[in-house]
Amino acid sequence: MSALTPKSVLTTPLFNNNPIALQVLGICSALAITTSMSLSVVMGIAVILVTAFSNLFISLLRHQIPSSIRMIVQVVIIASLVIVVDQILKAFAYEMSKQLSVFVGLIITNCIVMGRAEGFAMQNTPGLSFLDGVGNGLGYAFILLVVGFFRELLGSGSIFGFTVLQTVQDGGWYVPNGLLLLPPSAFFIIGLIIWALRSSYPEQVEANEFKIRANTEPKEAV
Amino acid sequence: MAQSNDSIKKVLMVAFALCLVCSVVVSTAAVTLRPMQQLNEELDRKTNILRVANLYEPGMDVEAAFGEITPRVVDMRTGEYTDEFDAETFDHFQAARDPATGRTLSGDTDIAGLSRVENYATVYLVGDEEAPEQIILPVRGQGLWGLMRGYMAIEGDGNTIVGITFYEHSETPGLGGEINNPRWQAQWEGKKIFSDAESVVPAIRVARGSASGEHQVDGLSGATLTSNGVTNMLQFWLSPEGFGGYLAQLREGVEPEAVQEADVELEAEA
Repeated sequence: MSALTPKSVLTTPLFNNNPIALQVLGICSALAITTSMSLSVVMGIAVILVTAFSNLFISLLRHQIPSSIRMIVQVVIIASLVIVVDQILKAFAYEMSKQLSVFVGLIITNCIVMGRAEGFAMQNTPGLSFLDGVGNGLGYAFILLVVGFFRELLGSGSIFGFTVLQTVQDGGWYVPNGLLLLPPSAFFIIGLIIWALRSSYPEQVEANEFKIRANTEPKEAV
Repeated sequence: MAQSNDSIKKVLMVAFALCLVCSVVVSTAAVTLRPMQQLNEELDRKTNILRVANLYEPGMDVEAAFGEITPRVVDMRTGEYTDEFDAETFDHFQAARDPATGRTLSGDTDIAGLSRVENYATVYLVGDEEAPEQIILPVRGQGLWGLMRGYMAIEGDGNTIVGITFYEHSETPGLGGEINNPRWQAQWEGKKIFSDAESVVPAIRVARGSASGEHQVDGLSGATLTSNGVTNMLQFWLSPEGFGGYLAQLREGVEPEAVQEADVELEAEA
């Protein structure tokens, strides 16, 4: 891995080392809240803030945290930040926080936040850690937006709540795909994104762990 | 460095300091933002009351429109209005907890999963107080993940539904969360609660799959338990345990002609 520059820690998580697409972390919330673009945006911002600030604070404290309780310390910091974000959402974006319901609180259990705290912030300077948090949050938000775009467009015929494809229910022509409103559809879209990313960055393709044997000859099978 | 960091003294110190700082941050955020959150909740509650009565338009002045609605406290055991409490400030949830104004439900009657319920409830009357056009009842019940709280608007005849809405729930977004989908809520309009004039058992329910008849609405696909929760909630609140007694008075108040017509229809069916 090349030397860490502010620019590289900010941009590599977007495509080269995306938390969802390459590390396959934080999938649960990506399935749950991507039914609309506006929810994706709010959730993305919330995760960017939490990852950035938890990285910053943990990095500031990294020489003080006893290694025996470091995980608990990280979780306490993350949990406090999540509660603050949740409270702010309830005060300033009440409608959104109602729709996101438990998933704001569940940012605590989002593996990306904990993973960056343990994997990056414990070893690096506060400035870099903050940028790394922003970068990973952006990588997460980017996937959320792409998934949200397809799910809202094809599932409800709208983008950010504005009708693009007039649905049959509203007297239009577009028959919405109900599957896309259900969480499993996000799996398909994330799978396609991973495919696209690994086609353009072949170094992301993992080596086979075992070799698949060639097909059996038909006459041997008989 | 690592040595001193792992000493018991240091561990306790870090843990204590961190807990102190974090709790101060969290409680400061909670306390300073509380008034704004309460304002939001209040506005949201009033908006929901207007919306369930089909009086809401986006961008309207909610407070002004709410002036046309009269809150009254109803004693659910007798079905009569009571002036014991101030309707503006009466709090259902506190009333349910207080032994003087609430009661504990036993297993059989507690179909909505409430465990404790209040004896008094605020209803909202739209239009003339003596003969309201619509009555808005607060309802709540257990969904899949937690309590669903909402309102149901009923026409002055005490039987025809105007609408239903939920202002607080924790159902899965996209599945059970669709109870707040306007398209699903629109189906409730015009449905009847009771199957005939004498019945006190509500017939209204959320169907499994597609609805048939005037006592059913479509189920939510992928959210059977939430749909059942909505059914149980209505079965409870519209029964004599809930607003049944109050609704019975409204139903008796229906003009005689209408009742006769209903009788004729029933005979014809028989």
